[in-house]
Amino acid sequence: MHQMTIAELAKGLQKGQFSSEELTRAYLQRIKQFDAELNSYITVVEEQAIAQAKAADQRLAKGDAVALTGIPLAQKDIFCTNGVKTSCASKMLDNFIAPYDATVIERFNQAGAVMLGKTNMDEFAMGSSNETSFYGPVKNPWNIETVPGGSSGGSAAAVAARLAAAATGTDTGGSIRQPAALCGITGIKPTYGRVSRYGMIAFASSLDQAGVMTQTAEDAAIMLGAMAGFDERDSTCLDKAVPDYTATLNHDLKGLKIGLPKEYFAEGLDNGVATVLEAAIEEYKKLGAEVVEISLPNSALSVPAYYVVAPAECSSNLSRFDGVRFGYRCEDPNDLEDLYKRSRGEGFGPEVKRRIMIGTYALSAGYYDAYYLKAQKIRRLISDDFKQAFKNVDVIMAPTAPTTAFRIGEKTDDPITMYLSDINTIAVNLAGLPGMSVPAGFSQALPVGLQIIGNYFDEARLLNVAHKYQQITDWHKQIPAAYK
Amino acid sequence: MSLDSADVKKIAHLARLAVDEQDIPGYAHNLSNILALVEQMSAVSTDNVTPMAHPLDEIQRLRDDVVTENDQRDHFQQAAQQVEDGLYLVPQVIE
Repeated sequence: MHQMTIAELAKGLQKGQFSSEELTRAYLQRIKQFDAELNSYITVVEEQAIAQAKAADQRLAKGDAVALTGIPLAQKDIFCTNGVKTSCASKMLDNFIAPYDATVIERFNQAGAVMLGKTNMDEFAMGSSNETSFYGPVKNPWNIETVPGGSSGGSAAAVAARLAAAATGTDTGGSIRQPAALCGITGIKPTYGRVSRYGMIAFASSLDQAGVMTQTAEDAAIMLGAMAGFDERDSTCLDKAVPDYTATLNHDLKGLKIGLPKEYFAEGLDNGVATVLEAAIEEYKKLGAEVVEISLPNSALSVPAYYVVAPAECSSNLSRFDGVRFGYRCEDPNDLEDLYKRSRGEGFGPEVKRRIMIGTYALSAGYYDAYYLKAQKIRRLISDDFKQAFKNVDVIMAPTAPTTAFRIGEKTDDPITMYLSDINTIAVNLAGLPGMSVPAGFSQALPVGLQIIGNYFDEARLLNVAHKYQQITDWHKQIPAAYK
Repeated sequence: MSLDSADVKKIAHLARLAVDEQDIPGYAHNLSNILALVEQMSAVSTDNVTPMAHPLDEIQRLRDDVVTENDQRDHFQQAAQQVEDGLYLVPQVIE
């Protein structure tokens, strides 16, 4: 059962070929069998999952099920889940039992989905390798000596090893797309504002967006349809109708105009990745697409601008962790300042502290114009590059990451090298555009992701473009041998 | 822009972060490198560019000024380490 997609599982459940309880128990068993090694889950909620599965079975029996009813999912540990530990992979929140559900969780609950547990991630979503987690690194199921990517590394590894039918992720600078690429699965980050951020622990509020990590584009369409849409509790959530993403999956791609930005195929791109990308583009030509070279001239500025905007917003967002109202509190504080400083100093890991300090510096008196304001202006230039490009093309394609999965420990000593592993994904967040990663092949036995970038609110087209490719290729069906 | 140990201590204080003395040189090194990366921004002129605060240039939505939340203080305070009579307890501030 674990090899089936959500679309297939939903049919099986609705036809009564198996129950949600059987399915849920099968996944829980797989988690027991494999996750001690992979470390993709921080928390597994066995009893709650079985109770949800039983409720889903009743709903299925009554005939009022929807596509996700009874489907076992994993939720990134950044989403608040009522009564369940929500740690954001930080010592700061190791003791935090969320007192409410995030909107995303609420919507999956309404659909009758089953939550298996909460997945591992980089601490507060700050990282590209899942190595900054307080709960230890996640292993990439394709090679357990390599990273799964990050920050949604646990979700990516869990889906790749089929320890959940699908998972949620969040993407501030590539945190859905890059791990999806490195783990050989499908991931989509929708347009900024498409999915509610309510109850999703904030990192950089002008960039954060929730999305999904699945086996196929069809599953991503089902998942995104369930979680997207207006929510008055998130002031940046956009009031715009959600289309039925599954309805347009099979649209013909004849005449589709694909732009290939030359800056993404330049120096620094691994040869093996480049070869896989070329082959993927050839497949699109077979589907009738037209390919043109384009330029996004300010691409090189995306990483520098991001490392002002994201830390600045993080330093502000993470000021709520004060050791007083929730979360970690240091032992025997001398006074209030000592309570704040030691609770935060002991509760946050080194990467989170680095980013808080960069952000604090960038926002401190006298530096605002040189850093944050400058970065916001560069954001406009990057966004204008995309606007210009989308006048002539329907979608943009590029490698999701410049290399395949790197070795655990390889980049931990040098933050800059780590930051540059997101060089192909960050611009999309700065512009607020939707982006996807689709499995496109392998280089030296490690998966390679094809990134597809669309115009604002063009998620349906992205999913259509990805789905048609998955109809003529089988890269998305590959499962690492040890987890078949 | 290169940061020295004194700069790091000042920033850590502003951020209310206790940092071990032995870790300060490492932070100074890494933070300086990050700032060097960030300074690549100065390569481009942005004189007449409007800063982008929202990707879709949306305006902040307003709502009626009415109470929409129920009082859940006791429920939320279960997550706190020290509370008494509905108040959060911290070390004494006033002598």
